[in-house]
Amino acid sequence: MPDFGYKISKDRQINFDENSKNLFAEVAMREPSVYRCISCGTCAATCSAAQFTSYSLRKMILLLKRGEDKEVITSVSRCMLCGKCQLACPMGVNTRNLILSIQNAIKKLSHV
Amino acid sequence: MFDWFVLPFTLGLVFLLGFIAWKFTSWIKSLTQEDQEKLVKSLATRKTLVSIREIISESLLHRKIFKTNRMLGYMHMSLAFGWLLLILAGNLESRIFNHGEMGPPYVPIFFRFFHPNPEIFRFHQEFSFLMDLLLVFVLSGVALAYYKRLNSKFLGLKKTTKHVMGDRIALTALWFIFPLRLLAESFSSGAFGGGSFLTSTTGSFLNSFLPSEILYYPFWLAYSSALGMFFVALPFSRYMHIPTETLLIVLRNAGIKEQKSHTGFTDVELNSCSRCGICIDSCQLSSAAAINNVQSVYQLRDIRYNTVDQDRSLNCLMCGRCDQACPVGIDIAAIRQIKRNELNPGMKEEYSYVHPAKAQQADVVYFAGCMSHLTPSIKHSVVQSFKKGGINFWFMDETESICCGRPLLLAGKSEEAKALMQKNKTAIEQSHAKALVTNCPICYKMFKNEYGLDIPVYHHSQYFAGLIENNLMQLEKQNITAVYHDPCELGRGSNVYKEPRKVLNQALTLISAEEEGEKSLCCGGSLGNTTISTEQRNKITQDACDTLLKQNPDVLITSCPLCKKTFQKVSDVPVYDLAEIVNGAIVINTKNKSKANQNSKIIKKELLEEEISNQTYPD
Repeated sequence: MPDFGYKISKDRQINFDENSKNLFAEVAMREPSVYRCISCGTCAATCSAAQFTSYSLRKMILLLKRGEDKEVITSVSRCMLCGKCQLACPMGVNTRNLILSIQNAIKKLSHV
Repeated sequence: MFDWFVLPFTLGLVFLLGFIAWKFTSWIKSLTQEDQEKLVKSLATRKTLVSIREIISESLLHRKIFKTNRMLGYMHMSLAFGWLLLILAGNLESRIFNHGEMGPPYVPIFFRFFHPNPEIFRFHQEFSFLMDLLLVFVLSGVALAYYKRLNSKFLGLKKTTKHVMGDRIALTALWFIFPLRLLAESFSSGAFGGGSFLTSTTGSFLNSFLPSEILYYPFWLAYSSALGMFFVALPFSRYMHIPTETLLIVLRNAGIKEQKSHTGFTDVELNSCSRCGICIDSCQLSSAAAINNVQSVYQLRDIRYNTVDQDRSLNCLMCGRCDQACPVGIDIAAIRQIKRNELNPGMKEEYSYVHPAKAQQADVVYFAGCMSHLTPSIKHSVVQSFKKGGINFWFMDETESICCGRPLLLAGKSEEAKALMQKNKTAIEQSHAKALVTNCPICYKMFKNEYGLDIPVYHHSQYFAGLIENNLMQLEKQNITAVYHDPCELGRGSNVYKEPRKVLNQALTLISAEEEGEKSLCCGGSLGNTTISTEQRNKITQDACDTLLKQNPDVLITSCPLCKKTFQKVSDVPVYDLAEIVNGAIVINTKNKSKANQNSKIIKKELLEEEISNQTYPD
């Protein structure tokens, strides 16, 4: 293939027929304040874990809403649960319980 | 001497004693080996005397409940101590009467049935009077217990415990025991004479319009049945605390404590809870946020009956106010923590990405902690104070901060916390420092109790207090009044109350708050609770802040970054950390005081300006 100096990006379509939103539903049931998230990213900006690795609660919530659970499952357990994001969140999302709820929900759904 | 009506009492008593013996044995058996040895060693030593004294003052006289409320204390004392005296005096009376012979256990209890008018016996009048007096004593307690159902506030309780079925059955039986005894003895007195000021009076009164000769027997049967029913219901109800509390006192005085996991001692503590409900009123979730089903009394009950769930277990600020208020002295926070560990969902945490900080050699390691990075003025103040004091320190988590692990621990993830602890510990050890200082009480408690470090751990208030005491640092008193808020983890959690006040008294005028020291309120920011919503938290914060600011201080001071951050949201006056005050009040050069004063005033002015801008744009 000739080099045009650019290439075609990988397909980023999200197929909702394939992506299940069960995990998000389970999480939202356990911690409804997740609906308040405006994806401002304050949580990610203040995150202790983010100093060491790419970790973003904002991103995780977006991924969960789209049913793209894989990355969430591999990264959610990097949280140190320190609670800075909770104090920083302008919308009052109960972030610590949100993280615990994601972990609980993953565990519950992987057993089903 | 026997009559069929004594059977309910006697069978109930035999069942109860058997049950207690079985339970006590199995609890002691499930203590750890080490604890069992401690128990054996403590027997027949000075500790035994301490235990006996404590059993008398707490299990019988209920000294601690008296401290909470006199009426409530009297109610418990009259029931416990009065009942015991009634049993002892009854036994003595029956022994003297029978020339020293013990006889079956029901004889003293139903003495008036067998000997309604024992005139042949020398001290019968004195004993009749004594027994009536003791009965009045107990009945006054029962009357208060009745009245408590109608108006608990009279006995100092805003909210009372909601009881389960077993408790209701036992409680009903208990309510009937003494009135039935009064009636039975009165009818006997009416029919056969005898009795003293109480039973003889009620006896002749009842006899004036009721047939005492027919009624006395059914009432003795009813009295025996109420006793029997109470004894059978006791092991399954909250009244199991009566025998268990004595065992708890003995074990505690032997030096046995809660471990990291459930042991026999936990069972003893669970069964020692009388569900008096004093912890409910001390709980801010109840008083400020209207959450009424998670308090310690319910948590301990649910653990005992195996009906506990994770949500309710996590719904607790872990502030320790209930521990402080508990008249039995149960280590409630430790039991809740054990349950949290057991209920932890167990999804493995992944911390391989965290690398320990690159250690620097220094005398002192300073650890700010996550929350201080959200309140930069605090860490800035600590660093400046250290520099002014000429301290050779290493700011361990200046750029890449690793959590101390306490938030994980509080959420029941003790294994995961260990992974973080190891990384911090490595860095601290590599620095070869002589002391670790942190300005965060959450980290302080963790480093002190869980890390097992070889060097002393200081909260910054302790460290500054030490510097001042040794004349290595001098503060200039400023014309400000302040209220000091004791952070939960520092005060009740680590028993540090004096040092912050010692430091602050050098720098300003402290005025006392309504709830301080051991009774200090939680700011509502607690990391111990993951369940409550932000709105519920805000209610707790507002309530605590209102209480603290009642005396109209110029500033509110705390020594925890999380408390500061939390109070800043609602406080009408500036909120400072102790470090900020110290930094603003340090006299830099003691020889050149006038210049230093000028300096500190400038710092103070800067501080206030910074605070005003902080109020508008939270840091």
